[in-house]
Amino acid sequence: MSRFRKPSRRPIVSQTTIDNAFDRRTFTIGTAMGGIGVLLAARMGYIAIAENEKYELESESNRVNLSLIPPRRGWLLDRDGAPLASNKADFRVDIIPDRTPDPDRTVAALTKILDLDENQAADVRKRIEDSPGFQPVEVASGLKYEQFAAVSVRLPDLPGVVPQRGFSRFYPTGPSVGHLVGYVGPANAEEYEEQDRNPLLVTPGYKIGKDALEKQFEQELRGIPGARRVEVTASGRIVRDLETREDVQGDPVRLTIDGPLQDYAARRIGLESGSVVVMDCDTGDLLCMASMPSFDPNSFSQGIGRVEYAMLSEDERVPLRNKVLKGLYPPGSTVKPMHCMAFMDAGVKPEETIICGGGRRIGNRFFNCWSNHGVVDMAKAIYQSCDSYFYHFAQQVGFAKVAEWAHKMGLGEEFPLPVMSQFYGTVPSPEWKKRRHDSEWQPFDTVNSSIGQGYYLASPLQLAVMSARMATGYKVMPRLLLSDDRPKFEHFDFSPDEIGYVRQAMSDVVNGPGTAGRARLPFDDIKMAGKTGTAQVVSLSVSNGKTGPWKYRDHGLFVFFAPFDKPKYAGVVVIEHGGGSGAAYPIARDVMTFLFDPAKGMDALRPLEEQWGGTAQQRLDAKYRAYAAAKGEAVPPAPSRDEDIFDQVEAEARVAARQPESIAEESNPSRVDTRSPEEVSRSSGAADPIAPATSGETPSAPADNPQ
Amino acid sequence: MSSIVPAPVARQPWQMLFPLFVLIGFGALVLFSAAGGSWTPYAASHLVRFAVFLMMAVVMSRFGKDLAQFFAFPIYGVIIVMLVFVEAIGFVGGGSQRWLDLGFMQLQPSELMKPAIVLVLARFYANLPIGMIPTWRSLVPAGALIGFPVALVLLQPDLGTSLAIAFGGFVVMFVAGLPLRWFVGAGLAGAILAPVAFFFGLQPYQQKRVFTFLDPESDPLGDGYHITQSKIAIGSGGFSGKGFNEGSQSHLNYLPEPHTDFIFATMAEEWGFLGGIVVIGAFAFILSWGLSVARNSQDRFAKLLATGMTATIFFYVAINLMMVMGLAPVVGIPLPFMSHGGSSMMTNMICIGSLMMVNRWNRKAPRTGLIS
Repeated sequence: MSRFRKPSRRPIVSQTTIDNAFDRRTFTIGTAMGGIGVLLAARMGYIAIAENEKYELESESNRVNLSLIPPRRGWLLDRDGAPLASNKADFRVDIIPDRTPDPDRTVAALTKILDLDENQAADVRKRIEDSPGFQPVEVASGLKYEQFAAVSVRLPDLPGVVPQRGFSRFYPTGPSVGHLVGYVGPANAEEYEEQDRNPLLVTPGYKIGKDALEKQFEQELRGIPGARRVEVTASGRIVRDLETREDVQGDPVRLTIDGPLQDYAARRIGLESGSVVVMDCDTGDLLCMASMPSFDPNSFSQGIGRVEYAMLSEDERVPLRNKVLKGLYPPGSTVKPMHCMAFMDAGVKPEETIICGGGRRIGNRFFNCWSNHGVVDMAKAIYQSCDSYFYHFAQQVGFAKVAEWAHKMGLGEEFPLPVMSQFYGTVPSPEWKKRRHDSEWQPFDTVNSSIGQGYYLASPLQLAVMSARMATGYKVMPRLLLSDDRPKFEHFDFSPDEIGYVRQAMSDVVNGPGTAGRARLPFDDIKMAGKTGTAQVVSLSVSNGKTGPWKYRDHGLFVFFAPFDKPKYAGVVVIEHGGGSGAAYPIARDVMTFLFDPAKGMDALRPLEEQWGGTAQQRLDAKYRAYAAAKGEAVPPAPSRDEDIFDQVEAEARVAARQPESIAEESNPSRVDTRSPEEVSRSSGAADPIAPATSGETPSAPADNPQ
Repeated sequence: MSSIVPAPVARQPWQMLFPLFVLIGFGALVLFSAAGGSWTPYAASHLVRFAVFLMMAVVMSRFGKDLAQFFAFPIYGVIIVMLVFVEAIGFVGGGSQRWLDLGFMQLQPSELMKPAIVLVLARFYANLPIGMIPTWRSLVPAGALIGFPVALVLLQPDLGTSLAIAFGGFVVMFVAGLPLRWFVGAGLAGAILAPVAFFFGLQPYQQKRVFTFLDPESDPLGDGYHITQSKIAIGSGGFSGKGFNEGSQSHLNYLPEPHTDFIFATMAEEWGFLGGIVVIGAFAFILSWGLSVARNSQDRFAKLLATGMTATIFFYVAINLMMVMGLAPVVGIPLPFMSHGGSSMMTNMICIGSLMMVNRWNRKAPRTGLIS
């Protein structure tokens, strides 16, 4: 640079120096231009040649949009192959908040096109607000084709709106199976992270199991997503399809549940809050696990409205809890037959008697019985439910022995079932009290526990298992997945006489001089055995347990099995705050009636439902409507069901299926499914071409069944 | 030249015209593709405009030096008036405006100012006594001549064009022989003031734009989108490109402004590195011809005029190419002779016309005349 330096102060400037300077400086400029030119060429070479692969990839990922086609979810089938959870074709509209510059305006436009009401629009706006933005939010589903088409043609004015043709989960019997099968819903942020950011989870319209069986069998039900490669413009418009791979539907899961029975039991619970469990004594198959009141999983799967959710969560009868697995109740007198078996194991003879004088002195205190029974042997203790007998013999054999048998019979146990969680309750014992409360076992603890009160807590599932084990003398294990193998159960070391004795005593509860005469089955040849139970909720000083505030009424319980001499089915009915066992055993009677003769069962249910104001589904809809009206919100009419196939699991379907048979065979109200495999496959195969159509094992009674 | 070629044809500056035709034709092809394989709306009007402005350039080249010198200040004055007028209309209309609607075309006075500033400064220095060059008399009037239009254009606001005007004027001052220490001093002052101005003078959104330029991947869907997509287009073209009409970046609208500012990226995607070398090479021929015209001239006015015009074209080319390759921030400057757009074509053809005019003067020897 020094050659450019001019003498300081006033440099000498002439035409020559100026011309020289011009030449030098234009040369400099030329060189600079050339340098920049070379730089640009080098830069271009670097981008286009050295980094070509990277940019080519980016250009491809710009151009090609891989969109996953959500796989159709596998069906949940009942033991006869009818769907408890299925899919139905569905036109849907989603919105992607990130791609919507003005969500309020877009939602307003959609509200108009789709004819949504204010309540739904508010739900959508709330969901958009809560959503992470990249994830599509469902605006409406179950649309008619005309509505779907109306949105499709207006797409240019509706940025971020995605009309979809997909499948939505459908539960034909709605609330009847709510707790059992759970529901599906869009994956949330945590689930997305947990599953390695699987892009399928954020695909519009894709839903994963959120609860119960839907969640438990997620992997089996999921299937394999299809993929569609399309060329798209920057604004997301599809130019052309490049290639498409079809989805593979998820595997069906075949349950031991008897769909119509489940529906019947759930509906028979009626206005009460409670649960019904029925299991097969030979295989441990759980035929029915009804828990009511419930929610409609269809509402959840379509993205439950906030009003409906508020209604469910405010209800004191906790429709969101599965009472079969997570309801814990003092078992009350229902454990008495089981305690008798414990006494027998400890050497007590059934003929041994005590005197009930309206109670009995244990140690230095007198404990009341609910009545004065006089001379009481084991059978009378069971059918008259005499408390004194149990005070006495529990004290005699020691409660540790009784508690040991309670555990063997299934109380306080968890079972290997595919459920999200089960509560195992409490079987009190001296060892347990020491461990848990750090205090000594007292005689009054024995007294309370001997009649199923005090610390005793059991779930309906455990009581049903207890009933099955007591009835058979085998350690029956409950199961929920249908399988062809006949499980071998461990036998408790009781003689047939001992078991027969308890069976007879329990039969007398219903068919003899017992506490549940109204539970008698309307058949000459099938007798049900059972045991009533009434569990106090609060002390007698607060409420008499029969009337007064719902919350203070006694729980009503009834364990049963039938036929009493060759037990095939066992189960339990638990009615929360039913005011005593009288609320429970009529339900058990009708459920068992339906199991042996569906038509008779339905005859019993119909007048009741008329009185209650419709089926469980109808009442839930009506309740929602009333609740929403009280909140000043309008709700749309319940979606109509147009596909006949979905009616197969309703209680009425069983009656319809049986009618031709009953005409042909008049006098054989057997539970045996006499349809040939082909017939079964025809009726259930029409439902789903992918689901295994044949009903391999029909719930047949054993050959030596006396009915 | 052999005698087969008629003298008037042989006289033309083919070393410049041939690369120019290459650029125009190539540009038309790229515009054809950018329109989705159609002559309309870009390619056909591109060719028509070039034909019109080439005529204008040929006519310009017939002008004599005296005429050019005589009209330098009036032209400058008229354009200043138009700039003020645009400001006034914008002020009255309640929004910024850059053009005047002349009925048959929309005229951007700021575009015309680019060659005009070169012309007026060349005129100024040509008549300035040589002894005054190292004094304030050479600096202050020139500074005012540049500063006034730059300020008016900045008010529009149009940073790109005002930079182009300043650059043209600066180059003329540089080659006019002003003391180098002034430039060095200005450079140092700028280097010191730039960070200060950046952190205290710019609004946050303007600062963000600069940061985005430095790291476009940090905001690929926002401000960095243009740069990122342009680099993807150029990079995915590879050595020989994806083929004519096969560019996915431009055809699927990923590339913003594929027919104007980012036409080089559109071209590079379909023609690859080879196409890029052709374009850069053609510009190199044209610009080096422009500089050689300046150096061959015996006249101070002609020298300055030719250098300034060449620099103005160069500024367009360099800034545009640096922008599309991610070496400069996104400023709206089109690529001469390829981008679709009348104003830029007019400006650049005025520059070409001026260079042809000087070239003609050179061949006529240092004689002067109204129409020589």
